[in-house]
Amino acid sequence: MISNLINSKIFTLLKVQYSNMLEYRVEIALWAISGIIPFFMLNIWTNNNLNESINISDVMLSRYFLCAFFVRQFSVVWVVFSFEEDSLLGKVSPYLIQPLNPFFRYFAQHLAEQITRFPFALIIAFFFFIFNPESIWIPNLSLLLLSIVSTFLSFLIQFLIQSIVACLCFWTEKASSIERLLFIPTLFLSGLLAPVVSFPAYVKSWIYLTPFPYLIDFPANLLSGNETNISGGLSMQILWIFILFPLFKKIWSEGTKKYTAMGS
Amino acid sequence: MVQNIIDVKNLSKSFDISSKEPGLKGTIKHFFRRQTKSLKVIKDISFEIKEGEIVGFLGANGAGKTTILKMLCGLIYPSEGSILVSGYLPFRRKENFLKNITLIMGQKQQLIWDLPPIESFYLNASIYDLDKFEAKKRIKKLSEMLEIDEELYIPVRKLSLGQRMKSELLAALIHEPNILFLDEPTLGLDINAQRNLRKFLQKYNKETNATICLTSHYMKDITSLCKRVICVHQGAISYDGKLDLLLKKLSPVKEILIVCRSEDDAIKLGNSGFTVKNKIKNEITIKIENKSITSSLKTILNNFDILDLFINEPPIDEIIGKVLIKKDYDI
Repeated sequence: MISNLINSKIFTLLKVQYSNMLEYRVEIALWAISGIIPFFMLNIWTNNNLNESINISDVMLSRYFLCAFFVRQFSVVWVVFSFEEDSLLGKVSPYLIQPLNPFFRYFAQHLAEQITRFPFALIIAFFFFIFNPESIWIPNLSLLLLSIVSTFLSFLIQFLIQSIVACLCFWTEKASSIERLLFIPTLFLSGLLAPVVSFPAYVKSWIYLTPFPYLIDFPANLLSGNETNISGGLSMQILWIFILFPLFKKIWSEGTKKYTAMGS
Repeated sequence: MVQNIIDVKNLSKSFDISSKEPGLKGTIKHFFRRQTKSLKVIKDISFEIKEGEIVGFLGANGAGKTTILKMLCGLIYPSEGSILVSGYLPFRRKENFLKNITLIMGQKQQLIWDLPPIESFYLNASIYDLDKFEAKKRIKKLSEMLEIDEELYIPVRKLSLGQRMKSELLAALIHEPNILFLDEPTLGLDINAQRNLRKFLQKYNKETNATICLTSHYMKDITSLCKRVICVHQGAISYDGKLDLLLKKLSPVKEILIVCRSEDDAIKLGNSGFTVKNKIKNEITIKIENKSITSSLKTILNNFDILDLFINEPPIDEIIGKVLIKKDYDI
């Protein structure tokens, strides 16, 4: 049954959403460019020789931030904003009475957008290597595959976190403000601004218990070839998915009882 | 014997509504201490609908018609009472139940805005587990019925409102549901598009024996589609029965405009015991009860010199308008 679902519904959803995304080529190119925060951070780190304090070479640091850029490109999630808008305007109503959870639509939308982003991300990486030729490397195939899996798991964690927050729309109507609160720890603890290894030891031990370092830091370290605990990182990612998924299901089931179909 | 497909017993729905006083003081007070009250929008209603019936829900804005439809299709949770639709509790939204129903809201759309409708149709087909061959067949059949063959490949954003509404209908019917919940399906459509849509719904009901629950502010939708109406007033049912019976009861008289040969004849006619609505020169309008219309007309034609006469049916909107503002109709 699951394979049937993947074969037909999800695949068709993905195809349709991909066609839809292709209607927004320019926007997607701009979104890809807007994700270059890691390159600014790289500049700040190298210009101030901050990497010396954490024993990471310039080359490894630039690879880390390039990988952080890539991971971010393929794990960025905005479901809370889409769902909030659809919920407030009553657009979610027709989807609720179809035999497919509406979140599959958002999920397919995100995947389709990632596929559309991919060529633009490659172009940005190409320019990155022109300016940083010393950073060019060919990742080990097994690490590359693991980092793809890890990036997808990171996307799943973020999608589940935001979907849980999105479901709060059933109670608060403005769930995106809660997401903005979550954005702060995501920004600082995920490894987008600084590798988690740069934090003091006692802070790190706490950070690794949260889902945040597994969103960017872990997959980026994996892809860039930096030293990291592969089995530990992957296990934590899977663990967080196992925690978040039932939580999402519960909050969804309770939330839909509160749905008032506003605006329709 | 025709089975009940919808069974509603003592159904109520309450919403928590927050209120705010106007001005800055009200805003600050609202920020710190939100006042909410529970508003009962549907009050203990019960009704049954048989398979294949087309039932119109009538009521003023905010009467609760759409809320009833939303509960029937499982979109919102009832506060009290029970609903059984096709043997299912709608709110549980079981897959088999969802495959049997559809909801069309005139002001809401499910089609993907930037893509041609055909993409949304195939997407819906896969959601309802239809294979590509079957989907293609149904799209062809429905697009012919709705006369939108050429519009299937044009992006939705470029379609006219009427074409979009027809496409919405096709998207909502691709799984051939047995029960249709239509909330103002002709909203914003021009007269021709409204007529075509009504014709389509009649044909669909005839061919598939589908049950249709309909709300509309266009009386023509109700009169041409529904034999039975349920009037909703402030969340309660004020009338549930045949439409023609309601019209007869609410409009027991007909107005007859009589053109007499002379003004004297018109005066004589006015003084002969009929209820006169108005008189202008040799033209007089009188009111006659439906039950005595034949005998009264015979008397008039035999006793007065008449040039012409016109029987006016009172506008149906006017009659139904009376229902919408009254609490109860004991018919």
